[in-house]
Amino acid sequence: MSALAVKNLCKSFGGLRVTTNVNLAVEPGERRLIIGPNGAGKTTLFNLITGEIAPDSGAVLLFDRDITRTATRKRAHLGMARTYQIITLFPRDTILHNATLALLGLSPLRWNAWLTLHRDHDLLARARAALKRVGLEHMAGRSLAETSYGEKRRVEIAMALAQEPRVLLLDEPFAGLSIDERRDVSELLKAVPRDVTVVMIEHDMDIALDLADRITLLHFGEVVVEGTRAEVVADPRTREVYLGE
Amino acid sequence: MNYRLVAVAFAVVALFALPYAIAEPYYVNIASQILLYAVFALGLNILVGYCGLVSLGHAGLSGVAAYAVAYLLTAGYGHTVAIAGGLAAGLIVTAGFAALALRASGISFIMITLALGEIIWGLAYRWISITNGDNGITVNTRPAPFGLPLTSAVSFYNATLIVFLLAIAGCAVVVNSPFGAALAGTRDQPRRMNALGFHVWMIRFWAFMLSGLLSAMSGVLFVYYNQFISPQALALTASAEGLLMVISGGAATLLGPVVGAALVVIVKNVVSAYIARWNFMLGAIFVAIVVLMPEGLVPGTVRLVRSGWRLAQRSKSVRAAAAPIAEPKPIAEPKA
Repeated sequence: MSALAVKNLCKSFGGLRVTTNVNLAVEPGERRLIIGPNGAGKTTLFNLITGEIAPDSGAVLLFDRDITRTATRKRAHLGMARTYQIITLFPRDTILHNATLALLGLSPLRWNAWLTLHRDHDLLARARAALKRVGLEHMAGRSLAETSYGEKRRVEIAMALAQEPRVLLLDEPFAGLSIDERRDVSELLKAVPRDVTVVMIEHDMDIALDLADRITLLHFGEVVVEGTRAEVVADPRTREVYLGE
Repeated sequence: MNYRLVAVAFAVVALFALPYAIAEPYYVNIASQILLYAVFALGLNILVGYCGLVSLGHAGLSGVAAYAVAYLLTAGYGHTVAIAGGLAAGLIVTAGFAALALRASGISFIMITLALGEIIWGLAYRWISITNGDNGITVNTRPAPFGLPLTSAVSFYNATLIVFLLAIAGCAVVVNSPFGAALAGTRDQPRRMNALGFHVWMIRFWAFMLSGLLSAMSGVLFVYYNQFISPQALALTASAEGLLMVISGGAATLLGPVVGAALVVIVKNVVSAYIARWNFMLGAIFVAIVVLMPEGLVPGTVRLVRSGWRLAQRSKSVRAAAAPIAEPKPIAEPKA
């Protein structure tokens, strides 16, 4: 059984084929790295997996369950969480409130219109715990507008982890980070327990390489190479895609 | 002791004492108008402020409720049935509005609500067998809850005040609830909310229904206050006026729409007695608000007070730093 499987997935935007017959099978607990140059269709693949865009053909399976036609929000309830390449947080609110919303999304409490949210100590404690995992607990009360870019990246990850997903999709978690911040995020991702399956997109393969069990190389919407770290790095086609002939 | 609670209690007492302080029935009626428009603006604010969905058809929703009350009363039903029917009609039409308008957001949402509001206005104007067309419907009586007739200005003010307090307390509870947090989340980051597991459409739908309920409540108050309803109350200008109340007072705040309603009603009724071109006056005030406090009167005032406070603190600390170090005080001689 695969944690996440993609079968013959195709998507075109007009005449542009952004995803062409993509097949993926990610085992439970695996760390899969999806690499590829700009415009390879990596983020589109993520959007197809999370359901934010619908595929033209093909199927997406989560633990053998066909979720191709399942709404994005329901996929979250089935254990799929993602982060965004372009930071997509709630800028008017505090870091703590951002994490709280992530927890609220999966809680039946989200329909409750009469309790006072900031008095729900259980929920807030869980949100604080999620922030602790990424080392932001000390600034939980700070407004998101007053945080650095690197901290925002960590809030993204904290929100995804807070949902205790079975499959975690990370869209360029290292984008725009300094060398120190990259090391921090890398440590943080290494600490994610093995019962969580992680699929990560990275544009720059050097950073994420040592996190990956297997690597899929995407180019012009197609899977070019797939294999273990050593296999993909050694493959001449990888060299071709990244360095040109 | 909680200062906020004290302030709220004080405000409630002051509002109940207000008609006795101003005495003049004309001004008590103005106060009633402010409150009933405040209920309308609070309802609109749920959508505009907390959902980020600007509606230009809300007068249609309160209008339907007002017409339903007037129609049921002329058909011979009692006030209880008329009020319940008015609220129900308002909610049913709101559900229709929501189902159609929530297919879009942004400018398209505005245009759909505008069109729907105009349809309601057109029906009020043309469906003469029910609405009496341009002549409108006159309502001869006001209800007498618990045997207390609402015929006098003060008694109607008190009834309106109770409805208003229920409305604003309801808004305060909802806005601070988990659902309220979800609502604001769909305004700021709908895509992320969807990925987090929230049903964005459904959240907006229920917010629209709450907004429609408050609009319907203000419609019921409106028809009893004026004892008359005509298509004019449903016109686009009425919807736009509501929007001006929300935006001038401060969208996404609880007190903003109330302040905005007070501003519009006072300029319309009181200032117009002294200045013939009161519309110009209203326009000038809005331009001034947009230029000086684009976030609205309530948040703008809070900002001014805060920065004034900070300035005062800073000048105090600067003065303290600039002051020469004081001579050590001589130790007082122990008294014998």
